Amino acid sequence: MSAMTESRHDSARPDRAAVNPTQAHRPHRKIRGRDERSPLASLGLHAALIGAAVIAVFPIAYMMFISLRGRDGWTTPTSAEGGLEISNYTYVLTETEFPRWFANSVLIALGTTALGVFIAASTGYAISRMRFPGHKSLMWVLLVTQMFPVAVLIVALYNILGGLGLLDSYVGLILTYCSVSVPFCAWMMKGYFDTIPYEIDEAGRVDGLTPFGTFYRLILPLAKPGLAVTAFYSFITAWGEVAFARAFLSSDSMLTLSVGLQSFIGQHKAEWGYLAASAVIITIPAGLIFLLVQRNLVAGLTAGGTKG
Amino acid sequence: MKKATAQPAQATGSAASGSAGSGSATSGPSKAGLLTRMKRSYDRYWYAWAMVLPVVLVIGVLIGYPLGRGIYLSFTDANELNVAKQIGETTIPATYEFIGLDNYWRILSGADGEFYPKLWWTVVWTASCVFFHYTIGLGLALLLNRKLKGRSLYRVMLILPWAVPPFVATYIWRMMYNSESGVFNALLGKLGFAPVDWLGDTFTQKVAVIGVNVWLGVPFMMVAILGGLASISSDQYEAAEMDGASPWQRFRHVTLPGLKPVSSTVILLGTIWTFNMFPIIYLMLGEANAMNSEILVTYAYRLAFGSVRDYAGAATYGIIILSMLLVFAVFYRRLLNRQEAAQ
Repeated sequence: MSAMTESRHDSARPDRAAVNPTQAHRPHRKIRGRDERSPLASLGLHAALIGAAVIAVFPIAYMMFISLRGRDGWTTPTSAEGGLEISNYTYVLTETEFPRWFANSVLIALGTTALGVFIAASTGYAISRMRFPGHKSLMWVLLVTQMFPVAVLIVALYNILGGLGLLDSYVGLILTYCSVSVPFCAWMMKGYFDTIPYEIDEAGRVDGLTPFGTFYRLILPLAKPGLAVTAFYSFITAWGEVAFARAFLSSDSMLTLSVGLQSFIGQHKAEWGYLAASAVIITIPAGLIFLLVQRNLVAGLTAGGTKG
Repeated sequence: MKKATAQPAQATGSAASGSAGSGSATSGPSKAGLLTRMKRSYDRYWYAWAMVLPVVLVIGVLIGYPLGRGIYLSFTDANELNVAKQIGETTIPATYEFIGLDNYWRILSGADGEFYPKLWWTVVWTASCVFFHYTIGLGLALLLNRKLKGRSLYRVMLILPWAVPPFVATYIWRMMYNSESGVFNALLGKLGFAPVDWLGDTFTQKVAVIGVNVWLGVPFMMVAILGGLASISSDQYEAAEMDGASPWQRFRHVTLPGLKPVSSTVILLGTIWTFNMFPIIYLMLGEANAMNSEILVTYAYRLAFGSVRDYAGAATYGIIILSMLLVFAVFYRRLLNRQEAAQ
């Protein structure tokens, strides 16, 4: 019983004992509270978490390890013979198209994000606060577009962009990505605007602001964190997109990272060392920001869904 | 109220207030003509409509038009050879023809020999991935949702896979699965087992891609469920403890019901994402050597951009996939609503 009496709810226990003394004095019926556990359980808990953490971290650590092992280090995956070197990084950054691909990816992802957030912000606000004819169907359309498999639009877009001469161009790919990012951003921002109290809108209206004024002067500044997270999410979605980029981009200098990396492990010789170095360079900046915003990210993704 | 009657809704999700609003606008003087009514509803709602206009335009141009075009293509026999082409100065007009529902019939009757095996594998892939995502995510969230030393360190380490872009993660795993120089086979060798040709055989290919996707997807579920756990009031647990509920009973009757709003959303999202998961399967298994481990989306992609480009077939697959997801989402929502009503 000692574990039980140390519980932080112990102030409640005497009452219960008084009400029902027979139960309280039954010493062998141990029911543990939520924050109590035996040393053995603690050990198990930590063992399980350490195991899971190792599985989660190992591939990333392994990628870093291989990237530092020189060009052919990957062929001896379990030995560290020969020490660590940065030759893969210098090669990738100076001798390959990698910097160009990196710039392409940044440009396309930034373009998509800017357009997506800019176009979608006012819509997110309108569907969060106003009820108007067409509201329900717009919500429905936004939801359905999240389900679009790549295969639905890719053929038609390929033919349309081909007709306009926009294949293998930044504009073509940015427009394509907007078909994903605009509805998504609107949906996600609706979730954030929902969390801002309505009283603020009412205060704005009392002060004589139009709905546009309320939105731009009051709500938008308050929603900056939400905008940032939405922007970031749409950035990494465009950053990691494979299918459209692979189909629409053809010349070597136009490729994005997700397509370009494949050329390191082509038919003739697989250069996993170079690939690992590129992977580390790609992952570190995005990963760091990601870890900063991830708490808000989940809230945004699920809020839109539950309050729909 | 002033002109800004596009009023804030008090209860979220009550689209009923929308219809009530428009109802009162139209049912005023019932003799009002159509024009007057349109004018009135324009006065009333133009703010809202102006705000949603950009998105409606974008959706119409960037999604609606291609979607319509895709649906049209699915009723034709368009392929690489008969679409319009630009060769030098001359434009060769399209020569594909309208063939009605032939594409749909060929696919849904099983005549192409690809649809049902691939559908089955896609369903198995989606179900097993979402199952592992959810159960492992729930387990880890329950472990993390306690007082323990190093909790935030564990949390950051467990979230790391999510911070890796999927295409990068796929390449890392492909390197680890490598049959001659991969770390998995090296470890198996040290333990005295024969190496496994992970990406060479249909069954191990499937295990391999599920492994990657589970690794990538668990953190999202874990964080989402942690958020859900935090929102369950501790009063409920205290009440359950008072009643002498065992840990299992508390989990079954307090935790699980409390998690339901979060669970239903993440399972729906996870199902849709996994069903459409393109990069992992495409980049892991390449284009050529994995015909039997393709899911529907990657197969449709191969139809469109493979050796002989079958645009019509790919478009048809796209429409079929989308229809299946829509039906699933509607039934899923309805099932949840019915359960809620029953409680």
